[in-house]
Amino acid sequence: MKNWPLWEVFVRSKNGLEHRHCGSLHASDATMALENARDVYTRRMEGVSIWVVPSSAITASNPDNNGEFFEPAKDKAYRHPTFYELPEELKHM
Amino acid sequence: MEANIAELEAEFERKIANDEKIEPKDWMPEKYRKTHIRQISQHAHSEIVGMLPEGNWITRAPSLRRKVALLAKVQDEAGHGLYLYSACETLGISREELYDQLHSGEAKYSSIFNYPTVTWADMGAIGWLVDGAAIINQVPLTATSYGPYARAMVRVCKEESFHQRQGFEIMLTLCNGTPEQKAMAQDALNRWWWPSMMMLGPTDAESVHTEQSMKWKLKRKTNDELRQQFVDQTVPQADLLGLTIPDPDLKWNEDRKSYDYGDMDWEEFWQVVKGHGPCNKVRMDARRNAWDKGKWVRDAAMAYAEKQDKLETA
Ligand SMILES: [Fe+2]
Ligand SMILES: [Fe+2]
Repeated sequence: MKNWPLWEVFVRSKNGLEHRHCGSLHASDATMALENARDVYTRRMEGVSIWVVPSSAITASNPDNNGEFFEPAKDKAYRHPTFYELPEELKHM
Repeated sequence: MEANIAELEAEFERKIANDEKIEPKDWMPEKYRKTHIRQISQHAHSEIVGMLPEGNWITRAPSLRRKVALLAKVQDEAGHGLYLYSACETLGISREELYDQLHSGEAKYSSIFNYPTVTWADMGAIGWLVDGAAIINQVPLTATSYGPYARAMVRVCKEESFHQRQGFEIMLTLCNGTPEQKAMAQDALNRWWWPSMMMLGPTDAESVHTEQSMKWKLKRKTNDELRQQFVDQTVPQADLLGLTIPDPDLKWNEDRKSYDYGDMDWEEFWQVVKGHGPCNKVRMDARRNAWDKGKWVRDAAMAYAEKQDKLETA
């Protein structure tokens, strides 16, 4: 018989904050994954909302290719506020 | 290709040296991966097997307050095991392989759980001493180099302090009770003291993994440093309880500003590691039994999920 698939668990700790990845677990289906996630990751009210996602559904970038992959952002200093030279007197901008 | 490996290795060394984390998909030396699988799984197995000695007393806890606390503690240990298995699986080993290694005896778990829990006072002594020693071991691991392990340890450490406090409270209650209750607390301390001391690992001279593990920040302090910390922290706590630590050589060393302590029985330690402790067989039987007898449940849940999937797509 097939083993229970792996699920990634994301928890929103309180409204106003984003869901954050907190680990993974095995479960036979989504309902069980949610209930297990509640028992494993929110025993002390650490969350108000949980997402579970089949790990197999995640497409991840490959860190070996980080050089080329993130290269387009590397030499664009003009995307940062400090690139612009303004007079000292202009304190808050 | 050769040059490529050398480059990857240099990049890896640079990250470790700069206290940057290694994440699952990053390149890592095979030895780093293997060592981490060994240590993280051993740690996970310890959490899981560690539920058994305490599980023994849940139904016989002396009050509802004690019962809910012990139940919550044991449930936390299950959680710790799961955080750690989940971290370990990111290194490319499956949960089934990990369980197989435990059930076949190929993988080790902390030897301390091969001792029996014969009285209620053992619940106090375990929380106080065993969780106390575990905390000392685990806190430095929150800064270890492998990201998923470090994150799991942060979560574990947050939960551990309640474990130690509930144990100490049990001891305190017994020590303030009848002479028989106090004697029970002393007896538990007598039996758990040395196994707890040895739980922090072989002496530095005997420890084979220390140097490499220090480099990878899998270890930040040596076993003997951790042990000293444990002794110095625990002696005043025993005084507070009015209990005597069963070590005639234990005494304050004014020069070192630390306690000196007596020799440990490493012969016994290795016997227990090799499987000849009082409860090795009972613990492994309980684990295998749970896994084997739970098989139909796992299969039924999977069969149900597959059937539901078909119904939905039909
Ligand atoms: Fe634990
Ligand atoms: Fe614990």
